[in-house]
Amino acid sequence: MLRFPKETCSDPVVCFLAKDFNLTFAIQHASIFPRKEGLMVLELSGTKSNFKKGVEFLKSRGVKVQNAAQEIIRIIENCTHCGACTAVCPTGALWIKRPEMSVEFEQEKCSACELCVLTCPTRAMKVNPKDENFF
Amino acid sequence: MAKFKVNKSYAQINEKIKKGQVVVVTAEEIIDIVRQEGPVEAARRVDVVTTGTFAPMCSSGVFFNIGQSRPLIRTTKTYFNNVEAYSGVAAIDCYLGATAVCEDDPLNKVYPGEFNYGGGHVIEDLVAGKSVHIAASSYGTDCYPNREIERDMTLKDIPTATLCNPRNAYQNYNAAINLSNKTVYTYMGTLKPQGGNINYCNAGELSPLLNDPYYKTIGIGTRIFIGGAKGYVVGHGTQHNPGNARTEKGIPVRPSGTLWTMGNLKEMNKDWLKGVSIRGYGCSLSLGIGIPIPILNEEIVQYTAISDSDIYTQVLDFGVNYPNGNFESLAQVSYAQLKSGSIRLNGEDIQTVPLSSMVKARQIADILKEWIRSGKFFLGEPQETLPV
Repeated sequence: MLRFPKETCSDPVVCFLAKDFNLTFAIQHASIFPRKEGLMVLELSGTKSNFKKGVEFLKSRGVKVQNAAQEIIRIIENCTHCGACTAVCPTGALWIKRPEMSVEFEQEKCSACELCVLTCPTRAMKVNPKDENFF
Repeated sequence: MAKFKVNKSYAQINEKIKKGQVVVVTAEEIIDIVRQEGPVEAARRVDVVTTGTFAPMCSSGVFFNIGQSRPLIRTTKTYFNNVEAYSGVAAIDCYLGATAVCEDDPLNKVYPGEFNYGGGHVIEDLVAGKSVHIAASSYGTDCYPNREIERDMTLKDIPTATLCNPRNAYQNYNAAINLSNKTVYTYMGTLKPQGGNINYCNAGELSPLLNDPYYKTIGIGTRIFIGGAKGYVVGHGTQHNPGNARTEKGIPVRPSGTLWTMGNLKEMNKDWLKGVSIRGYGCSLSLGIGIPIPILNEEIVQYTAISDSDIYTQVLDFGVNYPNGNFESLAQVSYAQLKSGSIRLNGEDIQTVPLSSMVKARQIADILKEWIRSGKFFLGEPQETLPV
């Protein structure tokens, strides 16, 4: 998630990520207005060192960089193993182990779509912001 | 001449419990025992079969007596953490239902509603030892002049709290599918459009009333596990309907018998009472119930030996049919099929989703087994069994 200060909002910035740092990006969301703070959510990929340099570049231009990624965690003591969540989980991260009929959660398979959060009757699934120190 | 080869009385089994000689197994364990040894030998050897279930049971609630104030009050409105309890009973008595929703909840105005806090959550909080804000009002009378009280109380401070549930432990329940073109949010959970999933809510072979389908041992006064404490069956529940079609083994193929249950909330444990929020539907209480079935003869042990493949239910459309009062069955399926994870219907494999916790049901049957084995729990002989 990039926050552009209102002074530099109209300057070209993200194009340099591709041009100078060989990073590819996909813009998920952007709201940029003249003379107002701008916000852009983008998915950025490339090599680790280029990624770091690219982020440094953004910061040097006054852009605030935050990790938009979040993960879903299970508060195990709230889980009653009912199984209601498995109706909505699109990736199979929440699944029923048979014959025990216990609900298993594999975070590696989770796409953080959050559908389980409000479907879980006992609120065992929570959105957890990932470590922001990543950058 | 005796009708059965094995004949045991409640008193004889209780005597065995007292002496520590009782043989108790769960409703899952009895299946293989009867298969291997036959019903007569199994009935001779086993004295009690324990069952269990843990699922949302909406028709649950607590009768409270919140204690008097100075000057005295005759409460006409009572709120627990802003959830209203019915106060049209005697002074300072009220009934808090599990599905009552917190006053400020937007309900389904923001669809599908979240229903984060309700009666079931208040009950869970109290059992967990948390303090609850109680606010009550009255119109004031000569004998009860006080018009308003507010106080924070824990379950210990409240003079009486009796869990009293008019409809629990449904004997079988419909499975739900959604054949409409939009997702529906029902008391049977979230149902994806065009038959995306089939949700079901029953413990199957561990479920109390499926193990005694003709209620030969269950009735008024049957001692049970409820919410982690000892409680009682106080009669048949609301919507008790034993007359439905049954299989050859006597298992009803639609929702049939129900129980009215009771127990002292103060003795209960938070592991077995959980407030639940059912998206787009409302609040409720997930509750753990376990019933011991005394093996009085070989007929009763035969009933307890039913397995998931012997138990059938109906798949109903909750997209269009059910809301319009049309209970037409789209298919009859077994719990073995439902628990397998998918069912083939009209040439398509449809995911099946449980709402009733088998993990907790099994734990309840095991705890009850342990209570009986260690002489902590004796069988209650029903004064009258449930209507058949």
